[in-house]
Amino acid sequence: MNRTHVSCTVNGDEVDFLTADGTSLLDALRDELGLTGVKEGCGTGDCGACSVLIDGKLNCSCLVFAPEAEGTEILTVEGIAEGDHLHPLQQTFLEGAALQCGICTPGFLVAAKALLDHNPDPSETEIRYALAGNLCRCTGYDKIIRSVHEAAVQLREVAK
Amino acid sequence: MRYAAPTSVDEARSLLVDNPGSRVFAGATDLIPQIRAGLPQPSVMVDLKRIERLTSVAHDGGVWTVGAATPTADLTANPEFTAMFPGLSEASGLIGSDQIQNRSSWGGNLCNASPAADSVPALVAAGAQVVIATDNGTRTAPVREIVTGPGQTSLADGEFVIEFTLTDPPAGTSDAYLRIIPRTEMDIAVVGAAVRLSLEGDTITAASVWLGAVAPTIVQVAEAEAALVGSTLDNGLINEDTLATMAEAASAACNPINDKRGTIEYRRQVAGVITKRAAAIAADRALNGASR
Amino acid sequence: MTATENPPTYKWIGTRPIRHDGYDKVTGKARFAADLDLPGQLRGAYLRSPHAHARIVSIDTSAAEAMPGVKSVVTGADFPELAAKNPEHDVSVNVMARDTVLYHGHAVAAVAANTQEAAAAAAAAIVVEYEPLPALFTIDEAMAEGAPLVNETNFTKFVKSDEPSNLGTVTNLERGDVDEAFANADVVIEREFTTASVHQGYIEPHACVVDTGADGKASIWCSSQGHFRVRSSTAEVLGWDVSRIKVTPAEIGGGFGGKTTIYIEPVAVRLSEKAGRPVKIVMSREEVFRATGPAPASKVRARVAANKDGELIALDAWMAYNIGAFGGIAGLIGAMSVASYKFPNLRLEAYSVLTNRPKSAAYRSPSAPHAAFAIESVVDEIAQQLDIDPIELRLKNAAVEGDLTAMGMPHPRIGFIECLEAIRDSEHYRSPVPEGAARGIASGFWFNIGEQSSATVHLNEDGTATVITGSPDIGGSRASMALMAAETLGLDVTRITPLVADTESVGFTDTTEGSRTTFATGMAVVQACRELVDEMRARAATSMGVDLDAVEWVDGEAVAEGQDSMGIPAIAAQAKRTGGPLTATASLNASGAGPSFAVHCCDLEVDEETGHTKVLRYTAAQDAGTAIHPSYVEGQLQGGSVQGIGWALNEEYILNDDGSLDNASFLDYRIPVASDLPMIDTIIVEVPNPSHPYGVRGVGETGIVPPMATLANAISRATGVRLTSLPMSPPNVLRRLNER
Repeated sequence: MNRTHVSCTVNGDEVDFLTADGTSLLDALRDELGLTGVKEGCGTGDCGACSVLIDGKLNCSCLVFAPEAEGTEILTVEGIAEGDHLHPLQQTFLEGAALQCGICTPGFLVAAKALLDHNPDPSETEIRYALAGNLCRCTGYDKIIRSVHEAAVQLREVAK
Repeated sequence: MRYAAPTSVDEARSLLVDNPGSRVFAGATDLIPQIRAGLPQPSVMVDLKRIERLTSVAHDGGVWTVGAATPTADLTANPEFTAMFPGLSEASGLIGSDQIQNRSSWGGNLCNASPAADSVPALVAAGAQVVIATDNGTRTAPVREIVTGPGQTSLADGEFVIEFTLTDPPAGTSDAYLRIIPRTEMDIAVVGAAVRLSLEGDTITAASVWLGAVAPTIVQVAEAEAALVGSTLDNGLINEDTLATMAEAASAACNPINDKRGTIEYRRQVAGVITKRAAAIAADRALNGASR
Repeated sequence: MTATENPPTYKWIGTRPIRHDGYDKVTGKARFAADLDLPGQLRGAYLRSPHAHARIVSIDTSAAEAMPGVKSVVTGADFPELAAKNPEHDVSVNVMARDTVLYHGHAVAAVAANTQEAAAAAAAAIVVEYEPLPALFTIDEAMAEGAPLVNETNFTKFVKSDEPSNLGTVTNLERGDVDEAFANADVVIEREFTTASVHQGYIEPHACVVDTGADGKASIWCSSQGHFRVRSSTAEVLGWDVSRIKVTPAEIGGGFGGKTTIYIEPVAVRLSEKAGRPVKIVMSREEVFRATGPAPASKVRARVAANKDGELIALDAWMAYNIGAFGGIAGLIGAMSVASYKFPNLRLEAYSVLTNRPKSAAYRSPSAPHAAFAIESVVDEIAQQLDIDPIELRLKNAAVEGDLTAMGMPHPRIGFIECLEAIRDSEHYRSPVPEGAARGIASGFWFNIGEQSSATVHLNEDGTATVITGSPDIGGSRASMALMAAETLGLDVTRITPLVADTESVGFTDTTEGSRTTFATGMAVVQACRELVDEMRARAATSMGVDLDAVEWVDGEAVAEGQDSMGIPAIAAQAKRTGGPLTATASLNASGAGPSFAVHCCDLEVDEETGHTKVLRYTAAQDAGTAIHPSYVEGQLQGGSVQGIGWALNEEYILNDDGSLDNASFLDYRIPVASDLPMIDTIIVEVPNPSHPYGVRGVGETGIVPPMATLANAISRATGVRLTSLPMSPPNVLRRLNER
């Protein structure tokens, strides 16, 4: 069995792992690195539950081969908080009840962070289209959109 | 299945020659679901994204050169490119969600050869060419010659697309791309329409109309082009007769199938509708200097 | 926004604390079933039927067993035969086919191996010989005279018969004189409605991790709405005593009714037993679509008679539900769901119809959306024809306390009128319909259930409390348990830890379904807390040296005249001295579940050249009785509305000619995405349920009942075309517009 040694940075930590070349980054993150916050909802890039940032860019980790991670910086939901200090998105999601079952929440937090990192003042329409790649079946999206908007407001306040 | 990440075209070429059953990939956004669905695993997956030439975008001497593995998100975020080719930019940006956009590429979208590929009608309308790596060199071909049928390309074994080239549109030229999907995002195109127009004053002097997802390969609607060329905009609008002729021609040019994404009747009918709408947008952009 | 009548003042109920399990869910720490791993675990994979109906002639597993890494293989032969009338018989056969496969995707065998890839490869190497049988897929085919049998072990329920049938149930209800009413009516509208199968669409596929020990016991961690049912169903399917199985519910990533049954757990147990290793099974998304219960497809003919002043005098409906290859009672439930209007004359004929399709499962107010789509559409057409405002028409005919449901049950106190008024008086309804758009109104009802729940509350040494229930939390119910406990105890909600415990650690509790959790489990929590309050009063009395009667419980403190009051921490600190640990348990079979009515209002526009519908504005009003945690009540209303919008506009099972599912992925099974929708405004109406200590009515389900008719009614007013077939997807709408 051919296994590749991959070295990369995940949530700020230098890590390395062995992987079969055809393994998805999603499975490598979950099974080799124990980062089970990244979820599989479909495995084919249609639901966004596996969203991660790779070198700051939003990706479905189910559509990335694990060896592609070599030398990259990856952010998962586990890396969004700073220590026990929640990111404003995590805080607004909690206060705004933007989660019910919570399975889609990691993907949404990563996607929303990617949005706000590039667009600090998105309109409701921009938020909806930016998050169109993340499926939620519980909330109807309303409270998620409001929470992202509120986090954007808070982040702009902090930036001032 | 092995993974390889060459850093040069030559290295990629060798990998393909030395490993029968190997495949190149860029974003793998079609390939991975296909393998999950039972497509035989390639012997070696050759990742083109670490070859700098395949992910660079350059604009020099009136020519755009776009690496075949360039994520389409890079193109839609390029203001100069988007200003010059707004239709091609929006077509590229419609290939999936933001997650997909950071992986999808013109090379992948073209060579996956889905009849519903969003970027292909607009690339052809813009007169794009591709530079192809052959077993001992390169060759150039128009994009319109690459796809020969659903999932089929004219590329020989071991060949792969290195880059796309586009010349700057002449003054008074712009384009638009519209598609029909059931939701507002995340769907494969049921019909796609790319229209490119050139204006001199109020008169349309050149037109390119291409439809996707309505036939095994993209379809040129020559009668719609003919109706447009020579017609004059009236208060910035294409006249009703021309639009009606265009819509009829677009519907007639379709050779669609019934599938889980649309019926033959539906595709024919809305092909006419979005061709008209895309032409109106292209005309508006060309008139208002959106291309320069 | 809430509209409410004489609300009591609560200190904790009605507030919006952060849910106690929230921190884990926003940091990725929360453990769903697929996140759990046991040392040495194997992975399980299935072989599924390629035929919609076939006899299994032989199964040869030898090639699979010989493959490297394969540790066990199971087929139907590994499970006991249950009698056809055993309540778990159908579940058992659905878990693993016996001598016949009944739908495309039906489980035929399963393999446990060291890796998922090895298990899948081995499953594919199992050789099965099939003898195809005639397969039926539609209601018409299955109900036709002389139709072949879909499932030879199905007998129509509630009737004496030795003959197997393609009918699960046949229901006939009648009251008044329907024919006379129709003959004398001023207006009669009759329409036939069809809906396609739709899937619950939870984002988390089914998953379980199972360990079996040499002691003959099994531990199951799974994604489920009801772990006690997982225990009992799994035990029955295996032929085991219930006490041999312990089930721990993992966090669940959505259920909506689809996870109230079992699919994989008995298979994982048998694979684990045979291999002597733990086994993890995670369904792929494709398997979820192919082989887990969608909601039934349906055909409903509804005929309504009215007087010219808008009195609805008669309903005559024929309803058929396509429930897949096993028996069920969807038709009966559909009939039970007809309850919104007085209808002095009523006739319902309802069928549950079997076909060679996956076994349908509950989906939020099962069967009600189908019936409401039909009846609310016809009622709207009557309103249009009589030129009466659709809310006024409903106000005139709305059921109130004492009116009879179609089943002949008198309504208790209900809030339908209040919901209609809430929409009528809402900012949305009072605002003009936007240019180019149209507005639709529809209502919905769900009866809600009570059933059994247990709860235990412990007072910890530091004066905090732990509240333990057996209700898997699918939408924030732990927060509601904590709020009800806080209110009853007089203890700050942040000093309460709500937990969901496994089947060995909490008393028997029925499944999280039927919108019962806040109602029935809440009732058990309140009862346990009241007992704890009495116990704390008694301990305080002891500490104070006064009679129990002298001690009152006020705002979380024991108060007696002439004594310093004692707060909960003080009482807790003296627990050992005053009698020992402080704890209370309650178990009950809750009755008096209050129905929840809803009224929805939608503004939308239709692109008449392409058939696309754009929802511009949506408001859902629903009676919650008392909203314990308003944010999570709003969430239920919004989630149900959007599922209904998806059902209305784009979701459908598309079958190939061979009965296999053509669109078994989220790419082509099109649930709403964020960009499809506007905000979903909510109005929580509070007509307290007199049977619950805090007036609670379940709210989880009703929200999905109105949307399809709400949108169809708006599209009718936008285009002049009455759509009677779902989904109202662009091609379907355009085709109807062309016919205009």
